[in-house]
Amino acid sequence: MNPHNKSIDELKQIAAQVRRDIVRMVHAVNSGHPGGSLGCTDYFVSLYFSVMNYKPQPFNMDGEGEDLFFLSNGHISPVWYSVLARAGFFEVAELATFRKINSRLQGHPATEEGLPGIRVASGSLGQGLSVAVGAAQTKKLNKDNNLVYVLMGDGELGEGQVWEAAMYAAHNKVDNLIATVDRNYQQIDGGTEEVLALGDLRHKFEAFGWHVLEADGNNFETLLPALEDAKKATGNGKPVMILMNTEMGFGVDFMMGSHKWHGVAPNDEQLEIALQQLAVQQASDY
Amino acid sequence: MKEYTYTEKKDTRSGFGVGLLELGRTNPNVVALCADLIGSLKMDAFKKEFPERFYQVGIAEANMMGLAAGMTIGGKIPFTGTFANFSTGRVYDQIRQSIAYSGKNVKICASHAGLTLGEDGATHQILEDVGMMKMLPHMTVINPCDFNQTKAATIAIAEYEGPVYLRFGRPAVPNFTPADQKFEIGKAVMLNEGTDVTILATGHLVWKAIEAGHKLAEKGINAEVINIHTIKPLDDEAILKSVGKTKCVVTAEEHQLNGGLGDSVAQLLGRQLPAPLEMVGVNDSFGESGTPDQLMEKYGLSTENIVAAAERAISRK
Repeated sequence: MNPHNKSIDELKQIAAQVRRDIVRMVHAVNSGHPGGSLGCTDYFVSLYFSVMNYKPQPFNMDGEGEDLFFLSNGHISPVWYSVLARAGFFEVAELATFRKINSRLQGHPATEEGLPGIRVASGSLGQGLSVAVGAAQTKKLNKDNNLVYVLMGDGELGEGQVWEAAMYAAHNKVDNLIATVDRNYQQIDGGTEEVLALGDLRHKFEAFGWHVLEADGNNFETLLPALEDAKKATGNGKPVMILMNTEMGFGVDFMMGSHKWHGVAPNDEQLEIALQQLAVQQASDY
Repeated sequence: MKEYTYTEKKDTRSGFGVGLLELGRTNPNVVALCADLIGSLKMDAFKKEFPERFYQVGIAEANMMGLAAGMTIGGKIPFTGTFANFSTGRVYDQIRQSIAYSGKNVKICASHAGLTLGEDGATHQILEDVGMMKMLPHMTVINPCDFNQTKAATIAIAEYEGPVYLRFGRPAVPNFTPADQKFEIGKAVMLNEGTDVTILATGHLVWKAIEAGHKLAEKGINAEVINIHTIKPLDDEAILKSVGKTKCVVTAEEHQLNGGLGDSVAQLLGRQLPAPLEMVGVNDSFGESGTPDQLMEKYGLSTENIVAAAERAISRK
């Protein structure tokens, strides 16, 4: 049972608030990664406020009896931190410490400082799927029927370890796992198809033995049913992959449609424009 | 001077295999992963008796380290098995981020370390692994000296919460430590007390250090021989106590001088008790094909090398 279980209208309001958090966090330290964070906001909000079964407090590292989430593309930490705070893992005010000295909110997610909600460090790309598969196998050993979720970036699929894990998960029928690729077609140096073409990911993952779904990651009306379909696809002998189309920078018009806002923070003027575009009925900025 | 004897030579990797099997029987949380080297790592018995807790990963070591990190979430204690080369250098970043920085309770068990791998040659003879692993915060680094000690270490690390690098080897070496020993992580083992020079040895070099102690005695030199099975955390107290008495020291290891046991001892003594230090190890070179004995001789890791180093150390007092 999800502890929040919000309606679509409520999810939209939360997503707008999370996007406000993201642009304010990266603006405050003039660093961080707003593009992918904004693109994946609706996915994170869906998981934590509707789809996943978990207890925000007290946070339990082993997560027995809960669904687990792993973020492999750790650079989109702003969206995760905001959603964790808004979901009750820690105080929203702590978002103001993002990337600052002595903070639990490291530039990339880490366990060392003990931030609730995070179970492994990520940032060096390509490692999260392996970790998620391992955690899913432990759930099977423990006869824990909850699910393991993992998000990867599409550019991240250039890392060979992802494909090692993809082979392994299918071979070992790790079917309590729902992986998602943020298919925004952008990476730091440009479009994914220009930098190192990923090609037809559906056929690639199907050839690796996965059950593959596609979803629009910026539309709750279709994303939530897609996540439900993914849940229904578990337990059938195959790991489940959602190829989730998103737009990098979604919600802030000048950040959309380009890789340029992958890892750049807005200036004062740009922040104001972004916040005007991310209006919410009852803003509760930290 | 104590006489150490042995009835047979056994490989340290088999000590790991026997220890792992015992852990399987005594600790239901222990799981094992292997990257297509079950026979070489002596993991067959565990796999046979506990198939549901054994994971064949294939030739994909990076994935294996990530899997192991993930398996700890939910309380399992993963033991990964592959050659030392593929347990460290090949997967340094995976160990660094997903295991060490993340504080995961993974036991990285590495066989065929060092020159004594033999004929396969330099591609497989890793001599930098201790250095890489000891540099990682949170990591414990253990290099036991014989079959019995490797078995005991394997069992002991399951009781310890945190990442561990356990290094062992391929060839049969004298099995002289007690079968019923209790392995204490970070606690040096005094093998022979002496007053003229301290010999600190680890892994396969421990037996050679004992032999060197006898040869030195024939020359009237009274050597203190200590088994440093745990390179990190180093037993500072035992080392300082011994060097405080003997006033000079020799380190001996099957590893590069850079980054190995000798390097750790040099740091300790430089800060706290400057004393003449001689280091027996591989001097900034890759290995090559050959028999283990030929290689240990050619690269300066023989009993005679330890004896000569002890004499040099004493002459510098």
